[in-house]
Amino acid sequence: MEEILHKSIRQVRDLLKKGEITSVELTRFYLDRISKYDDRIKAYLRVTEEMAMRMAADADRRIKEGTDGDLTGIPFGMKDILCTRGVETTCASQILRGFVPPYDATVIRKLNESGYVHLGRINMDEFAMGSSTENSSFQVTRNPWDLDRIPGGSSGGSTAAAAAGLCAATLGTDTGGSIRQPSALCGTVGLKPTYGRVSRYGLVAFASSLDQIGPITRSVEDCAVLLKVIAGHDPMDSTSIPEGVPDYAADLLKDVKGLRIGMPKEYFIEGVDQDVLGAVEGALRVLERLGATVVPVSLPHTEFAVSVYYIICTAEASSNLARYDGVKYGMRKEGKDIVDMYKRTRSQGFGKEVKRRIILGTYVLSSGYYDAYYRKAGQVRTLMRRDFDEAFTQCDLIATPVSPTCAFKIGEKTDDPLTMYLSDIFTIPINLAGLPALSLPCGFDGKGLPIGLQIIGRPLGEALILQAASVLEAEMRLKKIPDAFL
Amino acid sequence: MKIDKAVVEHVAHLARLRLDPEEIELYTQQIDRILEYMDKLNSIDTTGIEPTTHAVPLGNVFRRDEVNYNFQVEESVGNAPDRLGSFFKVPPIIEVD
Repeated sequence: MEEILHKSIRQVRDLLKKGEITSVELTRFYLDRISKYDDRIKAYLRVTEEMAMRMAADADRRIKEGTDGDLTGIPFGMKDILCTRGVETTCASQILRGFVPPYDATVIRKLNESGYVHLGRINMDEFAMGSSTENSSFQVTRNPWDLDRIPGGSSGGSTAAAAAGLCAATLGTDTGGSIRQPSALCGTVGLKPTYGRVSRYGLVAFASSLDQIGPITRSVEDCAVLLKVIAGHDPMDSTSIPEGVPDYAADLLKDVKGLRIGMPKEYFIEGVDQDVLGAVEGALRVLERLGATVVPVSLPHTEFAVSVYYIICTAEASSNLARYDGVKYGMRKEGKDIVDMYKRTRSQGFGKEVKRRIILGTYVLSSGYYDAYYRKAGQVRTLMRRDFDEAFTQCDLIATPVSPTCAFKIGEKTDDPLTMYLSDIFTIPINLAGLPALSLPCGFDGKGLPIGLQIIGRPLGEALILQAASVLEAEMRLKKIPDAFL
Repeated sequence: MKIDKAVVEHVAHLARLRLDPEEIELYTQQIDRILEYMDKLNSIDTTGIEPTTHAVPLGNVFRRDEVNYNFQVEESVGNAPDRLGSFFKVPPIIEVD
């Protein structure tokens, strides 16, 4: 059964359709792996065994009847930030303990219609705020490639689960790099779609102008298959784009001759680990060998990205997290009056990083500071978008490192928030500009830790990104799952 | 110093957070450092530039004001920490002496 881990979703779907395996067997396989290995990795917050077996049985019935869809019978872990009807959804925060959504997020509804199997709720940084999954109020997830190191964040639980073979695939969310950075650190494929490509209805909001849901998988093909299921216009999300969804797998492995790949000088700088630069530049040479042209481009406002992002996302977060007040759901700490109750509830319910960001966000929006910070950041954001528009007149895709370093040790960056924020320097600009970008494994460092290549595309340019990534993936043929979990 | 403890306390109150003295000390230091770092934005000339609030050029998106799904009471208020029928129960809102 272990060979299943190395098969794509389509290959597994084929086996299911032929009756060579059943979804019940497949689900049991993954549940057993979780029992066996997750003690060490701690990717799962809660395993939903009964629900999984029930959904697997339903999937097997659909397959027999011939009413199955693209994902019928495939077992997924789910980042605990996507509202799933009847399933406790905590965002890894104490303040949402016991919250059971009465509705499904649109992406969950789509996965349901496609017949997926829900294995369990996956760990994350609290309210998606973090780059290491150390901000979860429940547990710290470990990197399967080195259990003393972080998996990245905020979708660190998701990438760890995918990398260790504790699910067939999963969804993550990305506001400043939270799909791409942990994907790079765990050696998974992770895609942040164009802003508005995937509905945010039912995604617990962190920063509304930046959040996106996207696939985290062990192969580019799986990523394309999953994106096709979750993408699309949604009347319940007024920021969702009213464009049709192409078959994202149609262009996979098509050749890259003549493709122009931009290499922005601001991303290949001092402070980026030598091994990371080597692996990323190596991947670019492979693309050149296959017929692509690498062109130098410039994104001059890159150095301001972290400042702009931490003003805008904290401002939006301070507003979005105002709803956690102990009144309608989640944790409540009683008080003598309403304000006292709010303060007790929120102070005890939120973790340190969340509180820090709420305070920063409230400050930059407050009277007297709004123009200096929030408005200014919005203006620089416009300049950053223009940088990309300009670069895309000279190239079709832009390639960069994802993270300046490989996975660091647990606890290494927790004392200084600013150092942690700077680790997102290459992923943040993409969210600010609303562009699609994918992290593709492109090598390992001297310690055997994964390195990711970021491929950025024009708005709604996911198909081209996936095409280039699939070609590179086929050439490089890297290890997907650490030996310790095989 | 860009920010002092008094400002942090005031902002915390606006955000309905109560911080203990250690937290105020820690956050003041950390946020001050972050705001210092953000000073680099002042070196950019942004005269005449419109801020971007959303990355996609979508305008006002409307839909018909029609009832779609009707949540039952148990679904709507079922998660409440304290309730009375279909009402959320909370401590006094209006100040009483």
